[in-house]
Amino acid sequence: MTNVAGAPGAQPAAEPAAPRKGSETLHYARRNPKLLIGLGIVLAFLLLGLIGPLFVDHGPNEYVGPQSQPPSGEFWLGTTSFGQDIWAQFVFGVRTTFLIGVFGGGVAFVIGTAVGFIAGYKGGIVDEILNMLTNVVLVLPAMVVLIVAIAYLDARGVFVQGLFIGLTSWPWAARAVRSQALSLATRDYVDLARLSGRRTGKIITTEIAPNMSSYLVMSFILLFGGAILIAAGLDFIGLGPSDGVSLGLMLESAVAWSALQFGMWWWFVPPGLGITVIVSSLYILNVGLDEIFNPKLREL
Amino acid sequence: MLELSHVHKVYRVGAFGGGRLRAVRDVSLTVEPGEVVSLIGESGSGKSTLGKMVLGLSRPTGGTITFDGTDITTIRGHAARKEYYRRVQGVFQDPFSCFNPIFKADRVFEMIRTSYFPGVSDADWRDRVLAALATVRLDPGNVLGKYPHQLSGGQLQRVLIARALLLDIKLLVADEIISMLDASTRIDVLNLLSDLKERGLGILFVTHDLSLGNYVSDKSVILRKGAVAEMGPTLRVFENPLHPYSRHLLSCVPQLHRTWAEVDAELAANPPEDVVLPVAADEESAPLLEVEEGHFVGIDQG
Repeated sequence: MTNVAGAPGAQPAAEPAAPRKGSETLHYARRNPKLLIGLGIVLAFLLLGLIGPLFVDHGPNEYVGPQSQPPSGEFWLGTTSFGQDIWAQFVFGVRTTFLIGVFGGGVAFVIGTAVGFIAGYKGGIVDEILNMLTNVVLVLPAMVVLIVAIAYLDARGVFVQGLFIGLTSWPWAARAVRSQALSLATRDYVDLARLSGRRTGKIITTEIAPNMSSYLVMSFILLFGGAILIAAGLDFIGLGPSDGVSLGLMLESAVAWSALQFGMWWWFVPPGLGITVIVSSLYILNVGLDEIFNPKLREL
Repeated sequence: MLELSHVHKVYRVGAFGGGRLRAVRDVSLTVEPGEVVSLIGESGSGKSTLGKMVLGLSRPTGGTITFDGTDITTIRGHAARKEYYRRVQGVFQDPFSCFNPIFKADRVFEMIRTSYFPGVSDADWRDRVLAALATVRLDPGNVLGKYPHQLSGGQLQRVLIARALLLDIKLLVADEIISMLDASTRIDVLNLLSDLKERGLGILFVTHDLSLGNYVSDKSVILRKGAVAEMGPTLRVFENPLHPYSRHLLSCVPQLHRTWAEVDAELAANPPEDVVLPVAADEESAPLLEVEEGHFVGIDQG
C-alpha cells in the first residue's frame, strides 16, 4: 500500500459494481417465466379491481336486469336469480379481495416481522416470552377463533375482517423472521453497529432487515395469498363483510340460491376461478422470486 | 485505566440450561494508557470472551470491569453506553464479516459521524476521514466508495482501525486482528499498533500467536481454560516462563534453525526449575502467586 495521505483525486471513479449487481437481478427477472406469468396475472387482476368498478354505473348488489340470464352482450357474466349483474359483482369482488389481501397480509406481516426481529435480535428472556406467545397463537385453531370472533361482531367490514385475519396468521412469519434474525444478529457488523452507538431499532432496520429483504418480500406475498384464502373461507360460510361484495360472498350466495342445481355456471365459476387464479399466481410469483434471489435455484 | 477484577463468565448450556460452561474464571488484569497487553491463549481459553466483555457486548457473570473509575457493567441506558464507546472501541478478527455486504465499506465512517459528530460539516469530516486513513496508511482513492468485496482483508482491517481512530479513543480492543491477514500486511498492522501505543492508547491485544504477542506487547497474559496461567511483563514471561503450560506453549513454537528433536533433547537435558503453583480453594477462584515483581503464575489445571 502506498503512502498517499490525503491525496486529492480521492473521488472514487464511476462505480462499476452497483449497476451491474442491480441489472443482474433484473437480467434473471426478465428471463424467469414463473415470475413473469405470476406477476402478469396478479397485475392484470389488480388493474381489473382498480379500474373495473369505474366503468360500472350501478352498485354490485342492485337488481338491474332480467333474472338468471346467461352471459350476453349486455351483462358480460350474466345475472343472478335476482337480476344482479355478475360482472359488476366480480370486479367489485376482486377489488375487495386485493384489499383484504393487502390489509390482512399487511397486519400479519407487521406483527410477524416485529415479533420475529425483536425475538431474534434480543434473545434471552425476551426471545423466550415472544416465542412462547408465537407458539400459542400458532397452535390456536385460527379458523375457529375467527369464526367465533367475527360472528360476535354486529357490523362487519372488510377492515375488521382483515384485522382479525392479520391477528391470527402472523405466527409462521414471526418464526421464519426470528430464525433469520437470530443468525444475522451474531454477525460482526451488528456488533460494530452497536460499537458505533446505534440503537437497537436502528440496527434492526438498517443492518439486519436489508440483508433479508428478499425473504421479507416473499413472506409478505405468502401472507397476502393466505389472507385472501382465509377471507374467502369466512365469506363462504357467511361471515364476510355485511356491507359489500367479495368473491367469497358471491360463492356463498351462488350456493345458497342453488346455482349449481340450476346449472347457472356463470354465477359460481367466475368468483371461484378468480380466487384460484389470484392465489396460485401469487404462489407462482413467489417461486419465481425465490429463483431470482437464490442463485442455486436459477435455471440457466 | 482499564481494570478487570475477578471477572467470571459462566454460560448456561444444554437443553434446559442445566449445564455450566465456565468461559472465564477469576481473571484480574489492568491496562494502562500507552500500554499493549496481550491476551494469549488457545481456542476456548476465554480470550475473545474477555474482549467482548470489555466492549460491553457480553455481560460478565461476576466481578467488575472498571474503566476510568466507572464499573462498565453498571452502565445503563443508550446515552451512557454511547459515551463509553466514544472512548473504547474494538476491531474484530474477521474483517470480511465486519462489513454489511450490501453497503459500501466507508459506511462504517458515516455511522460514526451520524452517531457522534452530527454537527461536523462535510468538508471537515472528509478531512478527518482522510487523516484517519493516512494514519493507517491507506490510499483514500483505493478504499472510499468501494464495496467490501472489492477490498482485501488487510485494507478492510485497516479501514476498521481508521474507523476507531475517528473517535478520541483511549482503549482499543484488538481481537485477533492479525490472524486473517497475510504475512506482508501483518507487519503493517503490527507497526500501526505500535504507533498508536506511542500516542498513548491502551491496547488489549487478543491473540493466539505467541510471537505476535512478543512482538507488540508490554505485558502478556497467558490464559488457559478461562483462568490466567501466567501474567507479567512480556520480556519476563517469554524469557522465564514459570507455569508448566507456558513452558509447553513456548516449546511448541517452531524454530527456523532447529528440529523438534533438538528442542526436545535440549529441554530434557536442562529441565527448568519447578515453581510452586497456587492452589484453587474451589471451582470458582483462581488465585495468582507473585513470583517476581509483577510476574504472576496461576493455578495448575492439569
